[in-house]
Amino acid sequence: MTEMLSYDFMQRALIAAALVGLVAPVIGTFLVQRRLALLGDGIGHVALTGVALGFLTGTSPVLSALIVSALGAAAIELVRVRARTGGDVALALLFYGGIAGGVLLIGLAPGANNATLTAFLFGSVSSVSEEDVAVVIGLAVLVVAVIAYFGRELFVLCMDEDTARAAGLPVRFLSLLVSITAAVTVVISMRVVGVLMVSALMVVPVVAAQQLTRSFRVTAALAVAIGVLSAVGGLSTAFYVDVAPGAAIVLLTLAVFAVAVTAGRLVRSRGGRAAGERTAPGGGKGAAVGTMPQDEPGSVTT
Amino acid sequence: MTSETTTARGAAAGDPASAPPAFRVEGAVVAYDRDPVLRGVDLTVPRGQTLAILGANGSGKSTLMRAMLGITPVAAGTVEVHGTPLRRFRDWNRIGYVPQRLFVGGGVPATVREVVASGQISTRRRLHRATREERAAVQEALEAVGLADRARAAVHELSGGQQQRVLIARALAGRPDTFLMDEPMAGVDAENQLALASAIARLREDGTTVVLVLHETGPLETLIERAVVLSHGEIAHDGAAPRPTGDCARPGHDHVHPHEDGAGPAGGVALPMVTGAEVPRRD
Repeated sequence: MTEMLSYDFMQRALIAAALVGLVAPVIGTFLVQRRLALLGDGIGHVALTGVALGFLTGTSPVLSALIVSALGAAAIELVRVRARTGGDVALALLFYGGIAGGVLLIGLAPGANNATLTAFLFGSVSSVSEEDVAVVIGLAVLVVAVIAYFGRELFVLCMDEDTARAAGLPVRFLSLLVSITAAVTVVISMRVVGVLMVSALMVVPVVAAQQLTRSFRVTAALAVAIGVLSAVGGLSTAFYVDVAPGAAIVLLTLAVFAVAVTAGRLVRSRGGRAAGERTAPGGGKGAAVGTMPQDEPGSVTT
Repeated sequence: MTSETTTARGAAAGDPASAPPAFRVEGAVVAYDRDPVLRGVDLTVPRGQTLAILGANGSGKSTLMRAMLGITPVAAGTVEVHGTPLRRFRDWNRIGYVPQRLFVGGGVPATVREVVASGQISTRRRLHRATREERAAVQEALEAVGLADRARAAVHELSGGQQQRVLIARALAGRPDTFLMDEPMAGVDAENQLALASAIARLREDGTTVVLVLHETGPLETLIERAVVLSHGEIAHDGAAPRPTGDCARPGHDHVHPHEDGAGPAGGVALPMVTGAEVPRRD
């Protein structure tokens, strides 16, 4: 442990990874609840176009990725509302456009090629600079502040849009806020796990946590704990075993998910029997309650 | 409801006699994909009235309620809420909306208490913990629907009827003076229907405006002061609640109003009051 911390690059990498592990599940909880588990993936693909644009114009790839993915996030909201298509179709359009745009633009950029994109596709947390860490800290604070300020409204919105409207909430603004906050999170996470695996950190800790919880707040808190532990644990593993850090982090979240599913089943089969006896006079469905939907789109994102 | 909230409400709204109606709808037209669902509906709901909007499936009764709340925009016509055009209406804490069913979204769990407390969204202060009064209002709402002992349960674990009661408690928690409920009895078993009916009866006694979209009046019949029957997007009847006579007066009989077009495949399908029938918890 001390050996790992003696390297400056590892200190920076650990800070970045821990922050990403903290922020991604926070916004991820709302995305999963809104049935937009794949939004992070869509935005990630668009961010790639932003990265390429940064190389092409000689500006910071992170900054251009931030702008382009925020615009992409806004576009997806518009497509969702206007075209009245499912969110999945809007996402598909972003996936293809984002990847194609990224590959096309990087080819035009002088001194850059597809290999340049690899660092952003799969992450390169060990090459994080002090400036990158500062950006990650700033954006992470921004995301947490937005969620702290608008969390209650977002809870109502993500449960049921009609009820949010009937409570006078600015539904369009809040929807946009969710998407753009997700875009910011993607850009933060891009350097750590790469755009192709960003969504895993937003979604997998949440679906792992919800196997074990009953409350929205506790789910979010547990998801954050899983996210931070996986990010730091995966990075440490990668340091000692010399594997790709992004992949190690994501596989660790999936392992936690598998454990959580098993633990959740055990807890429910015991608790479910007790609850079934308690509620027996009310309804015969008592024994079957408590199982989470297993068709969760988030569980198959990676 | 405590007596202080009732007085505070009265003071805020002015003298009830001169107060504007809870809702004034004029010439409301709503169309989905050019298919008119509401064809110019006029409806004024005075404060404190318990009104039922009845009609067959597809008659536009739910759409009318959604238009009254701005969930569905009107293509033509105007909607005023408590004397203010809907677009400029800001006192959303006065409105308690009970949707047809509880959406559990993407499956992130939420406890009964979390969902009920979210009914206070229009008045909660940002970045602050709930005040003592807010917590008391949540507790009161839970007790009013008989779910105080289930407050820590996850909503997706409850039966359809219990979920319906959670939705009513959520609306109650904001202590509104105007309730809109979209088919609160649909798919609710007889025991829960009685619990709901007594909750609505209490609201009526407190002078709350209650607008109910119903397929049939059922156990709420005695509570309803006025019934509006929609047929093909127009008001076909406005007046006293239609009383079942003869064979229809039998308890538990599916009441289909004569104004309804009972011949069509959609028109004839009345929701039967099957004891124990419940809506699916999610889809």
